[in-house]
Amino acid sequence: MIKGTIKTINELLSTKQLSCVELTQQYLDAIARHNDTLNAYVKVTPELALSSAKKIDEKIAAGIPLGPLAGVPMTLKDNISTKGIETTCCSKMLENYVPIYDATVWELLQNQGAVLLGKTNMDEFAMGSTCETSYFGGAKNPHNTGCVAGGSSGGGASAVGGNLAAFALGSDTGGSIRQPASFCGVVGFKPTYGSVSRYGLIAFASSFDQIGPITTTVEDAAMVFDAISLKDAHDSTSQGCDPTVPYLGDSLKGRTVGVIKEYFEGIGDDINDAVHKAIQVYRSLGAEVKEFSMPEIHYGLPVYYILACAEASSNLGRYDGIRYGYKVPHYNDINEMICRTRSEGFGEEVKHRILLGTYVLSAGYYDAFYKKAQSVRGKIVASFEEIFRSCDFIVAPTVPMTAFESGHKQQSATENYLTDICTVPVNIAGLPAISVPCGFDKGGMPIGLQIIGQRFDEATVLNAAYQYEAMTRENAFKVVEMGVRP
Amino acid sequence: MNYEIVCGLETHVELSTKTKIFCGCTTEFGGEQNTHCCPVCIGLPGTLPILNKQVVEFAVKAGLATHCEIAPISKMDRKNYCYPDLPKAYQISQFDMPLCKNGYVKLDNGRKIRINHIHIEEDAGKLVHQKGGTYVDYNRGGVPLIEIVSEPDIRSIEEAREYMEKLQSIMRYIGVSDCRMQEGSVRSDVNISLRPMGSEEYGTRTEIKNMNSYTFMERAMRYEIERQSDLLDSGKKVEQETLRYIVEEDRTESMRGKEDANDYRYFREPDLVTISVDKETVERLAAELPELPDAKMERYVSEIGLSETDAALLTKYRRIAEYFEAASDGVQNKKTVANCIIGQVFRRVETEAEKEAFAISIPPEYLRDLVLLLESGKIKNNLMKSTLEKMLDEGKPYTAFISESDMGGIDEETLKKLCSESIANSPNAVADYLGGKEKALKSLLGYVMKNSRGKADAKEAEACLKALIQENA
Repeated sequence: MIKGTIKTINELLSTKQLSCVELTQQYLDAIARHNDTLNAYVKVTPELALSSAKKIDEKIAAGIPLGPLAGVPMTLKDNISTKGIETTCCSKMLENYVPIYDATVWELLQNQGAVLLGKTNMDEFAMGSTCETSYFGGAKNPHNTGCVAGGSSGGGASAVGGNLAAFALGSDTGGSIRQPASFCGVVGFKPTYGSVSRYGLIAFASSFDQIGPITTTVEDAAMVFDAISLKDAHDSTSQGCDPTVPYLGDSLKGRTVGVIKEYFEGIGDDINDAVHKAIQVYRSLGAEVKEFSMPEIHYGLPVYYILACAEASSNLGRYDGIRYGYKVPHYNDINEMICRTRSEGFGEEVKHRILLGTYVLSAGYYDAFYKKAQSVRGKIVASFEEIFRSCDFIVAPTVPMTAFESGHKQQSATENYLTDICTVPVNIAGLPAISVPCGFDKGGMPIGLQIIGQRFDEATVLNAAYQYEAMTRENAFKVVEMGVRP
Repeated sequence: MNYEIVCGLETHVELSTKTKIFCGCTTEFGGEQNTHCCPVCIGLPGTLPILNKQVVEFAVKAGLATHCEIAPISKMDRKNYCYPDLPKAYQISQFDMPLCKNGYVKLDNGRKIRINHIHIEEDAGKLVHQKGGTYVDYNRGGVPLIEIVSEPDIRSIEEAREYMEKLQSIMRYIGVSDCRMQEGSVRSDVNISLRPMGSEEYGTRTEIKNMNSYTFMERAMRYEIERQSDLLDSGKKVEQETLRYIVEEDRTESMRGKEDANDYRYFREPDLVTISVDKETVERLAAELPELPDAKMERYVSEIGLSETDAALLTKYRRIAEYFEAASDGVQNKKTVANCIIGQVFRRVETEAEKEAFAISIPPEYLRDLVLLLESGKIKNNLMKSTLEKMLDEGKPYTAFISESDMGGIDEETLKKLCSESIANSPNAVADYLGGKEKALKSLLGYVMKNSRGKADAKEAEACLKALIQENA
């Protein structure tokens, strides 16, 4: 059994080897020691954490049966609304914004007794792939603190990878859970669009955004997913999903693994080797491997950036300084107030994307950009459907590279966007996909294996990841010498 | 030159659902500022809209009542613009797949004003200027609206008014809106252009925003028609622009020209799913619709034999029609009931608001029983009339005012006796009558009616009086 998992915590608590308050205090101490280095947390909530932990201890003492997430210290990305606790999206715009309601996922976790340690770092409004667009500075990679944690859910991946939380919830719009999970050597699961309620998730691109877990094991990911998946009356696009944990361990004999060759174009050698080794593992588990071609993948990035920015330009229109958030102190009239508030409140990357999104929706450009991108989106959806007619799940690299040095200046924004090339197609099609650790590059940085499934077939994705993990855990996973390892 | 008016209306009607279109907040008018609000309708980050099913059903009813086709599949779109009363910086509306399309409203002159489409959307908040500052009240934000967009089929100011009145009447009948103009729950944007009589081409149009009173709409149109025809007469061009009407000065003023027109950057609202309205739902909603004013009026004329004027009076408000129908249930000659209502009951409900509410002191069954009594021949017309007045005064059935002994007619002998008494009592009146004053007979008749306690038939009594006077003369 691997240490620091939800399961070990359950055991420690139920056998009373450790009280929940003690466990929580260990995590808080670890955060105090390491967060200056990792910058994973932008807000720590020790009082809330300890008081929730105390309640769990009381329940344990009273012999009240508890669910698997009760007493588990965890964290939320800072774009998930928490009543009474700052939810900043790591933007100056929302630096002091305190929600008056809870996101559905947080409500569910609270009801199940999860212990919130704090809110984790992210790229501003989830726009970025390094966590470095955060107004509070980027989170660092626990495997090499000179490297980025990835993004946008960099803080969550860094916290889990650095043992500063048992699990984290992130959000994935174009790879924002899977990519940092891959960089930080942890498990990151992006569920099907509609499996988890978005209510309370501060929107970046509404038709792509999805909340999911970042954990140390696949089993943990399945447990957290089952706990947060729901058809929510507050989110009409949510449908919920059947529990996945019961399917973990199902045989893969006779199942078909799809390999799409375009996913391997231009990826690093170490990554190529690691993913091909993983494919061999599936062969050894009795699965058949089938190769496919999906040329539309080449259009993934432009389609994603056009549509996601279009939606973002609309979603972020509400930050005008009138009702909440940053507002310039001095102004002559309302137009100046709104203009300067937005100019000063948003960072460069966010402004960049708002401008791009406004442009592609504008009269005269709409057909050439937005409408065309929508139609290509339809083609990508159809291609995946076609491929899934003859395979059960697809394996691919999560990112074409491993974590790079912080502060590395990209040649251009588009070069930066290339880190998303393997993750965005899944968001375009609304599919479930997971990133599991699958070894290290020559420099010792983690590599991620991506497993993609059909809509609402999270059970297959999680089971495929679970089986792979069981075969390779020893070699593919490295415990970082920091944080809590109960 | 002689111009033809070409006009089309975009009418916003506030739906009378209990809750807002995308959240559970009340739609009640008024209330302390920003108290009918929640995280969803003030657009807090992370909130999502949930479409109120009743809004869709009300809009479908509005569509059915105006002969529209109902789209089995439609969707919501975002209309992006930045204004402090719009907390999300976009209005959730419908752009290219509205719920209802291709309908019409028929005017009394027989012309059909085609409806291009009806779509659903949310209302914005309201700016409040006070204490030297500007504040926003979001109570109205998220109140459901339908926008009814007509084709440019209206050809006069009168037609514009009638079209709006008809819409208002239909929406009230089917119970989807109370259409209170003073509360702004109906308002129209008036698109207007002129073209030389006989021309088929459209001229350049202007749009007058937010007309929420018939009087102002008529005035604004009159002003705009004159302004445009002056321009055209002097060889100038009408600029395409959006106007506001300034009531105090009775003129229109430009709000923005064509080049400043908003680019709303419409796109599909990703937070809401496709709206599907199946055939069964449409059938159920159609079955729920009451008989509409036009159909009612036609039936009152053809089946009951009412004049068009009377039929129009009785069908203008749903409550009146319902009262009339209940009161004439089982009555042979329904016209009698119509006359009672129009001639007597209406005098007690003078304003339009009173007519609409139609709170009458007696239930329609009381009126029906009274008319049935007349039809059974037990009382005469004038007794019915005077009794109805007493009933309306006191809110009681006729049995409180008419006893058995009052019923039935009087025999010929008694009638002759009373007529003779009347003549004997008023020699002056007789002389006047003989002198050619027809009216003098009325006072003689009055005596007979009074002393027969209304049981005498007025016509018979009059004939009898005339005969006796001739005999005696």
